[in-house]
Amino acid sequence: MTLPLFQAKGVTKMFGGLVAVNQIDFLVEPSRIVSIIGPNGAGKTTLFNVFTGLYAPDSGSVTFKGRSLVGLRPDEITAAGVCRTFQNIRLFSNMTAIENVLVGMHTRVTLAAWDVLARGSRFRLAEESLWRRAGELLTVVGLRTKANEVARHLPYGDQRRLEIARALGAAPSLLLLDEPTAGMTRGEAGALMALLRRLIAEFDITVLLIEHNMRVVMEISDGVIVLDHGEKIAEGPPAEVRQHPRVIEAYLGRRSHA
Amino acid sequence: MSHAAGVLVLLAASGYAVSIFPHSILAFLLFQLSILALYLARMRPWLKTTVAVLALCVMMPAIGTINGYYLEVATQVGIFAALALGLNIVVGLAGLLDLGYVAFFAVGAYLWAIFGSPQANRVFGGGFPLAPGWFFVFLLVGLTVAAVTGVLLGLPVLRLRGDYLAIVTLGFGEVIRVLANNLDKPINLTNGPKGITPIERPPLPFSPALLPGVAPSLLYSLYFYFLVLLIVGIVVVVNRRLENSHIGRAWEAIREDETAAQAMGVPLVRSKLLAFACGASFAGVIGVLFAAKQVFINPESFTFLESIGVLAMVILGGMGSIPGAVLGATVVTVLNLQVLKGFSLWLNELRNAGTVVLGYDLANLPTQLEPAKYERMVFGVILVLMMIFRPAGILPARRRQRELAEPQQ
Repeated sequence: MTLPLFQAKGVTKMFGGLVAVNQIDFLVEPSRIVSIIGPNGAGKTTLFNVFTGLYAPDSGSVTFKGRSLVGLRPDEITAAGVCRTFQNIRLFSNMTAIENVLVGMHTRVTLAAWDVLARGSRFRLAEESLWRRAGELLTVVGLRTKANEVARHLPYGDQRRLEIARALGAAPSLLLLDEPTAGMTRGEAGALMALLRRLIAEFDITVLLIEHNMRVVMEISDGVIVLDHGEKIAEGPPAEVRQHPRVIEAYLGRRSHA
Repeated sequence: MSHAAGVLVLLAASGYAVSIFPHSILAFLLFQLSILALYLARMRPWLKTTVAVLALCVMMPAIGTINGYYLEVATQVGIFAALALGLNIVVGLAGLLDLGYVAFFAVGAYLWAIFGSPQANRVFGGGFPLAPGWFFVFLLVGLTVAAVTGVLLGLPVLRLRGDYLAIVTLGFGEVIRVLANNLDKPINLTNGPKGITPIERPPLPFSPALLPGVAPSLLYSLYFYFLVLLIVGIVVVVNRRLENSHIGRAWEAIREDETAAQAMGVPLVRSKLLAFACGASFAGVIGVLFAAKQVFINPESFTFLESIGVLAMVILGGMGSIPGAVLGATVVTVLNLQVLKGFSLWLNELRNAGTVVLGYDLANLPTQLEPAKYERMVFGVILVLMMIFRPAGILPARRRQRELAEPQQ
């Protein structure tokens, strides 16, 4: 068995008296796609926010490559190799597509303030390679021709893909995608899934995915984790999870009407 | 080529107009407009640069020898341009609304005022004022101390956003002004509301005998004009370099969405402090120069209204836009110093001459409606109209378009 890349143990997050996430355990092995599913309010996004340092967990541990992420700032977690997208798109809307990706690459910049002011060859070379890399990432998500478009002018589907390109800019080993196909048509969602498969092959990354679209989840995931009311109710390969009685209950309700 | 020709004709005509009508505001405004036209014109870069250097380094000083007040206006424009450029980093790029920006200006000004005048003797015994040459050292001291002050202000307000940040910075600006007003006891550091004078001016880099026809006061005006021009030039270059780098992009990302910026790896604390420090340092440098130029300073120069004025320049010109900040500073300064003053003087003349407009004798105008009192109102109306019809500013920040190399496949 390969070593886990990412591991959550007993992660609990409360808001006042509300337990948003309760005692969640799971691990993610490298080069997999693991999906987190569950009804609205199940605590999926809260879990992501804990993993990326936006919330501190009340208890439990989160480790990535053997290093604890609890207590690190979001930018430190990104620098460590975990980067995310947001459920409600949060692009830098007045910046161009390529500038969005460049911001994503911030942790990869090794220039000092002095280099910026001096504009020496060090700066030019670094900046050149940044722009080249950002252009490549835009090509990967199919937005190269729109590199100079302001993000808020992009169509919805492009904005979703730009968020992925921006997250890839940080060169993460683990990519957290929060409902990347939300609001997409069947065709668009299919294309995005193909893109995800390519990313895993080309970039050697691992994906943790929150997704509502069951077709997508069943098709692409290596493993599925089901949350309901902040608890993990099932975990396993997609085919197995689909048959799980508690999952069916969570999604369809109890058979009380029969 | 037609653009270039038009601009040159305009420049020449305005220069000629100023030389014939040295006291006409319109002639000088025409000169300013021709510089704006020069900026906007489509010309070869080298030609544009040459003409700009000629206009600013030859024509403007020449105009100054005809009417010294115009040189004063140009110098003030430069001072406020540097301030607006500094605030542009904090507000325009990083999106941190700072309503107490003039505090950093005050820090720079008081630094040189205290040590460049006999004032420091009251605290440290004897040995002051420092020799005029220390002025140049104090440009750096002012920069450093203002930057440190910026960081000190930044530290406690890092967690605040939007309105809350604005209120705290407003308070900070007032604290500095009140300190300047009251630090005359127990130790007399700032001489309180009476202000500090005489403040040393930097030594002239050449002997006045070299320019025999020019009055000594004008020599200093010219000298300060060129110093300000140099500082604004440096500030513009620094601004541009910061903006077009990962630092500037991080600032803009923070402005757009702080949470997302941090999630993408932008260290919020460091980036915000850097923005505060950069903005403050420009104000510090120009503050040192301001003190030397004015020879006299008191807390009146550093009121809340000054902070708002600089903010108005940034917003009017276009948030996050370097040419916008410079233009905003020019427009507001010229409006305040020349257009609105000139307008009220003109109305006064009409009134005193007993001119009758639409059957109404202007001499009967009640004193409450004295033209000089409209100045702030007209300024306010202009701001309101601008925000309604051109909210992004006169010269809005343009997104940089870049040609991407073809992908290698």
